[in-house]
Amino acid sequence: MGNAPVVKGGGPVPDFDRLIHERLRLGIVSALAANDTLTFNELKKLLKTTDGNLSVHARKLEEATYIACQKSFAGRMPKTEYRLTEEGRRALGRYLDHMEALIQAMRDR
Amino acid sequence: MASVQPIRPPRVEPVGIHSHAIDNLRFIRETMERAGSFTAVPGWGGFAMGVVALPVTWLGSRQTTAEAWLWTWLLGGLLAVAIGAVALNYKAGKAHVSLLSGPARKFALSFAPPLIVGALLTAFLYRANLTGMIPGIWLLLFGTGGVTGGAFSVRIVPVMGLGFMALGAVALFCPPQWGSLFLAAGFGGLHMLFGVVIARKFGG
Repeated sequence: MGNAPVVKGGGPVPDFDRLIHERLRLGIVSALAANDTLTFNELKKLLKTTDGNLSVHARKLEEATYIACQKSFAGRMPKTEYRLTEEGRRALGRYLDHMEALIQAMRDR
Repeated sequence: MASVQPIRPPRVEPVGIHSHAIDNLRFIRETMERAGSFTAVPGWGGFAMGVVALPVTWLGSRQTTAEAWLWTWLLGGLLAVAIGAVALNYKAGKAHVSLLSGPARKFALSFAPPLIVGALLTAFLYRANLTGMIPGIWLLLFGTGGVTGGAFSVRIVPVMGLGFMALGAVALFCPPQWGSLFLAAGFGGLHMLFGVVIARKFGG
């Protein structure tokens, strides 16, 4: 087995976050990192996914407190808004560090 | 006779883990670009552009020929664009937003076509001796740019665009002598009004 990759500063790579690694969940977190809030429908359109798929993955991120959900009504229509929590922002940062460290480790070979 | 098929499918070379990492980083960047909006619209720059329109209106009203009136507004427009460009660059730099990022590119590419059409129509209307229609066309097309470009920016930008479009639509059906007043109300008044709102709500 090869050596574990190290980050630029020389320290070990943080644990690999499987929760955020899944493509749709990574998309949700990335999209929310670029916006203060996004509604359920905006995320669905942006990530080209279905209601069921999005709600399942958003729920997992919510349970991990990576995103926060606020439900309200716009007129008579229910509106679900998501935002990235500080925990979620840190998780995305760690994930980016991990990916960069992997690439760097391959380049250094 | 049936052809001989290998029992095992040919081995596919495994994709390197670093390729996955590169692909993931690309996916994150593209998703953030698609999701992001262009937020570096300069409020105070817009206000300054509006202020420029007021002396230009006064100067334009003193011109005796349509040609001189048109040149006054074109030069005023150039000055306003220069002010806007400096303000945009300053605000984007302050917010660490690249003017070459996806949202900025989409904003520019959507904002530009109506302005190019406006430039071509200006030349056509001037040659056809229809300068009285120019104010309405300018306001309509600038507003259209605001609405189309604003789809990739903060929500107040398309609202401002609609304001310009409404003013342009009214100007088209009013006497040509009122053209300068409509330009002052749009490029002056609306720019100053929305400039202050954008500056106060969206950081300068």
